[in-house]
This record gives sequence, C-alpha cells and structure tokens, in this order.
Amino acid sequence: MLTILFDGIAYGMLLFILACGLSVTLGLMNFINLAHGAFAMAGGYVAVVVVNKLGVPFYAALPIAFLAPALLGALLERTIYRPVYARSHLDQVLFTIGLVFMSVAAIDYVAGSQQVFIQIPPSLEGRFEVFGIGIGRYRLLIIVVCGLLAAGLQYGLANTRFGSRLRAAVDDPRTASGMGINVNAVFGVTFALGSGLAGLGGALGAEILGLDPQFPLKFMIYFLIVVAMGGTSSVTGPFLAAILLGIGDVAGKYYMPKLGAFVIYTIMIVVLLWRPQGLFSRTTSR
Amino acid sequence: MLSNKYLNSLLGATMLLTAGVGSVYAQATVKVGLIVPMTGPQASTGKQIEAAVKLYMQQKGNTVAGKKIELIVKDDGAVPDNTRRVAQELIVNDKVSFIAGFGVTPAALAAAPLATQAKVPLVVMAAGTSMITESSPFVVRTSFTLPQSSVIIADWAIKNNIKKVVTMVSDYAPGIDALNSFKERFTGAGGAVVADLKVPLASPDFAPFLQRARDASPDAIFIFVPSGQGGTFMKQFTERGLDKAGIKVIGPGDVTDDDLLPNMGDAVLGTVTAHMYSANHNSAANKAFIAAFKKANNGLRPNFMAVGGYDGMHLIYEALNKTKGSTDGEALVNAMRGTAWESPRGPISIDPRTRDIIQNIYIRKVEKVGGELYNVEFATFANVKDPGKEGKK
Amino acid sequence: MSGAAMQDLTAQVAYHLARRARWRGLEYVFWAAALASVFFLPAKHLILNEIAILALFALSLDLLIGYAGIISLGHAAYFGFGAYAAGLIAKHGLIGEPVLALLVTGLVVALLGFITSFLVLRGSDLTRIMITLGFSLILREVANRFAGLTGGADGLQGVTMAPLLGQFTFDIGGHVAYMYSLTVLFVMFLVARRIVYSPFGLSLRAVQGNALRAAAIGIGVNWRLVAIYTIAAAYAGIAGALLTQSTQFCSLDVFSFERSADLFVVLVLGGVGYLYGGLVGAVLFKITQDWLAGLTPQYWQFWVGLTLVIIVLVGTERLSGWLRAIRRLAFKGQG
Repeated sequence: MLTILFDGIAYGMLLFILACGLSVTLGLMNFINLAHGAFAMAGGYVAVVVVNKLGVPFYAALPIAFLAPALLGALLERTIYRPVYARSHLDQVLFTIGLVFMSVAAIDYVAGSQQVFIQIPPSLEGRFEVFGIGIGRYRLLIIVVCGLLAAGLQYGLANTRFGSRLRAAVDDPRTASGMGINVNAVFGVTFALGSGLAGLGGALGAEILGLDPQFPLKFMIYFLIVVAMGGTSSVTGPFLAAILLGIGDVAGKYYMPKLGAFVIYTIMIVVLLWRPQGLFSRTTSR
Repeated sequence: MLSNKYLNSLLGATMLLTAGVGSVYAQATVKVGLIVPMTGPQASTGKQIEAAVKLYMQQKGNTVAGKKIELIVKDDGAVPDNTRRVAQELIVNDKVSFIAGFGVTPAALAAAPLATQAKVPLVVMAAGTSMITESSPFVVRTSFTLPQSSVIIADWAIKNNIKKVVTMVSDYAPGIDALNSFKERFTGAGGAVVADLKVPLASPDFAPFLQRARDASPDAIFIFVPSGQGGTFMKQFTERGLDKAGIKVIGPGDVTDDDLLPNMGDAVLGTVTAHMYSANHNSAANKAFIAAFKKANNGLRPNFMAVGGYDGMHLIYEALNKTKGSTDGEALVNAMRGTAWESPRGPISIDPRTRDIIQNIYIRKVEKVGGELYNVEFATFANVKDPGKEGKK
Repeated sequence: MSGAAMQDLTAQVAYHLARRARWRGLEYVFWAAALASVFFLPAKHLILNEIAILALFALSLDLLIGYAGIISLGHAAYFGFGAYAAGLIAKHGLIGEPVLALLVTGLVVALLGFITSFLVLRGSDLTRIMITLGFSLILREVANRFAGLTGGADGLQGVTMAPLLGQFTFDIGGHVAYMYSLTVLFVMFLVARRIVYSPFGLSLRAVQGNALRAAAIGIGVNWRLVAIYTIAAAYAGIAGALLTQSTQFCSLDVFSFERSADLFVVLVLGGVGYLYGGLVGAVLFKITQDWLAGLTPQYWQFWVGLTLVIIVLVGTERLSGWLRAIRRLAFKGQG
C-alpha cells in the first residue's frame, strides 16, 4: 500500500519537473507550447550521450542535461518563439506541433528509433525496505532531487527579486512593464529555466518512462493534464496536480488493472468540470 | 440526381482508365510493395526490416528469372487504416506482385482482405499472431508465431521446476495469443498461473503491474511485450527488486530483443526466453549475415524482425524462380508452399498446409559475450509448427 | 420601435444574409475541380477518398471552432464513435444499405454529441481542450475494453458492405468509395452552408465574438452552443462512418489523439471560419504528406513539421491576405 504511494509520489514529482515550465509559459505569456516535451527529450538524449558515449558520471550528467536544453530554449525563444507570442492560440498550436514533428524526426535520424537507456550507477539499482515499504533507490533519488527543486522554485518565486518580477508579469504584464520590469527578459529567462527543468526531468525519467523519439508526443497529454488541473498561476498548483495524477495513475493500475487508463482521464474531467480554471488557481475568472 | 445507368458507365470508364496505367511495365519488372512502420512507436521494426530487405537485394542482385525486382517502401506508422490504403494503392496503382512487411497484427489483418480480393501474395515479415495466415489464402509468413515460442517455454519451465507463474502480456492479439498458448500448456502440465495481468499497449509503465506480480510471489513472470518495450520492462523489473526476490523472467524472446539488448544493462543477465532467432546463433550463414548487416547499417545489430524481412525477401525470390517469373498470385503462393532453406536463424520451411513458418525454437539465456549482452542459445526444439493451428487439424 | 421600422430591419437582415449566402465564383471552381478529379484522376481515388473524408471531418471542426469558438482537441471521439457504429451496423447486418446506415449513424452520434455537449459549456480554451481530449481517450479505452464487440486492439474484423443503393459494389480501386464520399461531402457542405448563413448561424457568430455581450442582447448562449456542438458531432460521426464504409475496416486509431491533432492542423492550415478552410486544408495536408512520405518514408515528419513552422512564421494572416487578393481579382464587383 505504502509502496504504491511511494511510487506514485515519485512518478508525480517527475511529472511536475517535466511540466512546470509549460505551466509558467502558459501563465506568463498565454502561450501554448506543445513542444515542451521536445526539450525534455533533448535533455534525455544529452544525458545518454555524455554518460554512455563520453563516460561522464551519472550525477555530473544531470546538470549538463539541465544546461543544454536551457541554452537551446533560450536560443529558440530569442529567434523563433518570440514572433509567435502575439499570434492566436490556433497559430501557436500549429507552430509548436510543427516543432514537435521536427524534433521527433530529427532525433530519429540522429539516434535511431529504438529506446535508449542511460547507464545508471549500480548504487542506484534495486531497492531496500523500511518498515515494510519497498523503496526503489532510483525513485528515492527522483523524489529527493525533484522535491528540492520544487522547494527551490517555490522559494525563488516567493522571496527573490526575480520571483516577484515574474509574479508581477504573470498577474498583469502591461502594468509590470509600466513599472519598469523588462517582461521580455523575464520571459526569456523563465522559458530557459522551464526548458532546462524539462530536460533534467527527461534525463531522470528515461529510466522509468523510457526514452525514444516519440517522447514529446507520448507525454504531451500528461503535461497538459498537469497544467490544466493545476492552474497556471502558481508553482504549488501544478505540483499538487502532478502528485495527485502520479498517485492516481499508479494506484489505479495497481488496484484496478482492468480500468487502469480510465482513472487519470476521469479524474481530470471531474476536476475540470468542478473547477474549470484548475484546482488551485487563485483567480476564478480571467 | 444522376441516373444509375450513367453512373455505371462512368464507373466503367474510370476503371478502364486505371487499368491502362502501369500495364506497360509489367513485362520486365516485378514490383514488391514493402509496408512497414517507419514512424511512430514501432519505427524500429520497420527500419530493421527495410535494412534487411535492402541488404538481401544488394547481395543477391535485383534480377530474378529474367525480371527486374523493384522495391517500393511505404510507411504506415503501424496505423491499420493507413496500411489498408497504402496496400490498396500499391495493388491498384503500382500493380505490385507482392505486398510484404506488416509490423503489427492489426496492420496485417487490415490488408489481408485486399490480398484475397486482388489475388496478391502477402508476406508477413513481422507480425506474430497465429490467426493471420488464416485471414486470407494469400498470406505467407516468414517471421514466427507467438504460440511457437510460448508453448516451448512452458515445457521448459515445467522441466526446470517452475511451478507458479504470473503472466504479464500486452493487451492485444499477440499478447493474448502468447498468454493462452502458454497457459494451456503450462497448467496442462501441472503448473499454476496465479495471476494474469494485461498491460495496456499504449502506455508502457510497468511499475504497478510489477508490484502486483511481486506481491503474488511467483517462481517466474511470463512476459510478452512487443518489440521495443522490453528495455523498460527489464529496467523496472530489477528496480523493483524482483530479481533479488528470486523471481525469474521467462517468455517469448521479444523482451530481450537484440535491438535493445546491448543497452539493457547487466540486470537482464540470466533471463531465459524461447525464440527463433538470436544474433548470437552459431552458424556460418548467421555470421555472414551479421557482418554484412552491421557493415551496411553503421554497426546496428540485426534483430528477429530483420531476419524475418531477410527471409521474406528470399521467399519472394524463390517463388519467382519457381514460377519462372510468372506473377500469377495463386501460382506464387503455391510455389512458396513447402519451400525450405537455410536462414541465418537455422533451417526453416513454409508449411505447405498452413502457409505458416516451420522453424527451430531455441531456449536462450542472456549472457555476456565479448563484453556485449547476447541471447546465448543452449537448447533446440527442431522444426516447430505453429501450435495455434496444429490443434485445429 | 414601430412596426414598420421592425419590418424594415427584418428585411434588411434577410437581404444581407441572402447577399452573403450567394455563391461566389471560386466556389464553383472548387467544386468543378472536385468533380473533374472523379474523371481525370482515377488512379488517385484512394487518397482522394481519404481527403474527402478528412475534409468532412475538418468541416465539422470548423463549425465548432470557426463559428462557435469551442476549441476541441478530442473531436476524434465522435469520428471514432461513428466509425465503430457504422462498422457494427454493417457487420451484424442491422441495416444493409450503406446510405441509410450512414444516416442512422449520424443520428446516433448526434445523440452522443448532445449528451456530451454539456461538458464543454464552461471553461477556458485550455479546459475545453482537455475535457474533449479526455473524453476521446476514454472512449478509446472503452472500445479497447469491450474487445468482444469491437475486436479491441486488433480492429473490427469482418465488416463487409452491401452495395451502395443496392447497385454499386465497393471496388478495390476506390472509385465507388470516392464518388460516394464526395457526394456525401457535397451534400453535407450545402447543409453546413445553409446553417451558417441562417439567422442561427449569425447569432452563433455573435456568441463567438463575445458570449457575455450576446447574452446581454438576448441571445440564448447555452442552447446555441449545445445545438452547434450536436451538429458538429453528427458531422464528425458521418465522416467516421464513411471511413469504415469505404475501407470496410476500422481500428482503435480512429479515436487517437494523433487524429484529433492532425485534424486541428488541417483546419488551421486551411483557415478557420469560412467553411472552405477544412476542405482546402485537407487537400493541402494530405497531398503534402503523401508526397513527402513517398520521398522519404522515414523522415517525412520532419518536413511536414518544418512546413508548419514556416507557415506560422510567415504568418497565416499574410497568406490569407494573398488569398484574399486573389479572390478580389477573381470576383471583381461581387463584393
């Protein structure tokens, strides 16, 4: 029972790290970035290359898996994303789906279409038991890393200068820029940060979710569920939504394997009918 | 509204127009339509098959019985209604004499009625559900059937003191096929299946299912997942500590697919599977095949999909040789019946009665050979027919 | 307002509606080209059949997005439901004649659309996207679970269609299928045209523009949304039924997210809210995809993606501006 809870939390944490960047971009610029998963995939493949081919230790590869997609994100944001912000939602969807297709085919071309794995250190394999709860070592690592990151994000958002600028920009971009906040710069940094986090999530998740060129398509729906349920105006909303989703998915498959896949979609629809703006949104109308 | 008579004549006219196209070619060229998933989740299957088919044509030349062989590769993304349309176009517009490939069972089943209607041989190079060959008299298979290996591994499990098993299969036709044939043979011989779990095909997160399997504490898990998902399964199997709990993994060889095996990590060592092909198979034919395949494909290791494609192309060449270049569908299928040859996987033949493959099934264990992981064969069951159809004589 | 002024206003509205509803030159060209393809492109009838079905499906989404402002990323739910309904009707011989079966399927799917329309009345774009998406994925799971009825992941086997109108057998070249699909598309298009140029269609536009304001001037917002959602669902269901009938096969992929996403791309590509968007988009998308997939079976997705990205960067407004310019040239003086 508690083992299932543990697994669910680990899965949820992973979803949070993967999706939180998407939620911020959506909240900040009202921009639907369906290509968010492509940055996660980029992080995963970067980790594969540096660990498996270059022999970099796994722990050292994680920061690289963060930095590379973050740089990529910053670059793309500057060059091709920015002109699309002012467009309609329909154009944005068309644009980002196009990017997803390109990334899928490009990775397929470079790395092949089969699943790849990052060689993890033996110390992370297997699991141990505490009070009868089976704790997977790797999942524990995920919980620790993602938990720290979530706490750091929450702290950064609440207590730093950049955080307050970001919050101001989310709440009302016009007034914020009137107050002398460079909203474009704030958004560029946030976009890069979100892409980097997704990349880190992709590297961490390869072991559990699998990693292949289809990744951005396969998990797009999950990201969107997290964002829609969590609301787009805070970090805690998506966080709680991700945890709920993770636990719901794992427990549903364990206790009702016949119904497994129904569970998360049903949770989502019920939640959205009940609170159309997401579970934890601060404002009910926008 | 248009009158029926008018519509009928219109129809006649368009059909005549279509018939006119392409027949000029038919004299000197024989076209083979290869329909495989090159995009989407099954893309690796398609690439292995395409590479093997092209390798065969490169080795044996592209002329058979005085005819030039032209290969047309089409992607269906393993989506059956695409498969159907692509097959239809190949038959109607390109006038192909064979359709081949078919990465997944639904794709093969979608195309089978067309083969019957157009009298075109359909060579299954991958999909493994038993009933495919029964869906049309023009279907011939060079891959394998799941009952073939599932029954053999059930026999092996009983002999090796495995009494209590949890089965875990992907929830679609091949999975159900593997499950049923394994269960029947295994429980018939006194084994017990304590739980049977069906994993959704689309979202391969095995963690909750593995936890259930562990809680049932069996001697072994019988696993079938389609080619490509085996890696994630094995990762999570060890992550969950099932290996430490003394639970073995047995099953058809899809789970330790040669395509993925090198990257699976040492966790997979000791897994015992039954299958028709291992890249480690010890024969001159296989060694030559491996060397040529790796050379042509940047070091990629061929898997059982590749060998199915290679042999499928061989069968097409042989059939054309026997008919002396005639492309009559019935003659070609009849020529294929009973054909026997030495494949990289060992001696194989086409069952004259069922048009399905007869081949050796090997019991293999994952070991390290020269620093790389391989399925090492240690027992052979010779000339296994498809048990799925042997029962129905 | 005096009686005479009211009458005058009604007359004016009727005049404007009629004026807007008048057929334009390019429309004749479009349908003439479609008719010509029946005669001159017999070798392409298979893909044209798919294009016609996709066009009808996209037309259905256009009614939702372009005329009611409801963004759906799960429209495949109704397409798939129609596909399976038509398949089951044919398989079990409930209704032999395809056209009649098509109509019945349309009604059944309309009922499903009506029931589920209440799910999308509330919420932002994202909420609606997710609810429709979730619903289509749930239907897919249902179809997968009831494998005894639907064949599960193997697809529905053994669908054989009776001859069309008791006369024309579906042939392997897809000729009958294409003529059938094209005819249905044309009829459904005429109906859709009627709907959007009716006072009801006009009031929908008001709702799409600003639901609050529309409600304030006495337009019943909710029932209009329910009505258009039901109609759109029926359209999607008929498109799905056409697919099953013309290919005599159907599989779980009819419900897939990819299908909804492709549909979305098709519609946005062609342009939203002028009825032809879905039709033009379907032609462009399928032909480009087929051409690229023929050139490079492995990596066509990359080029399709690149095309989409470039189109957005160049700007759909700019592209449709060019289109408008052409249109202006084509019907000088027609307004």
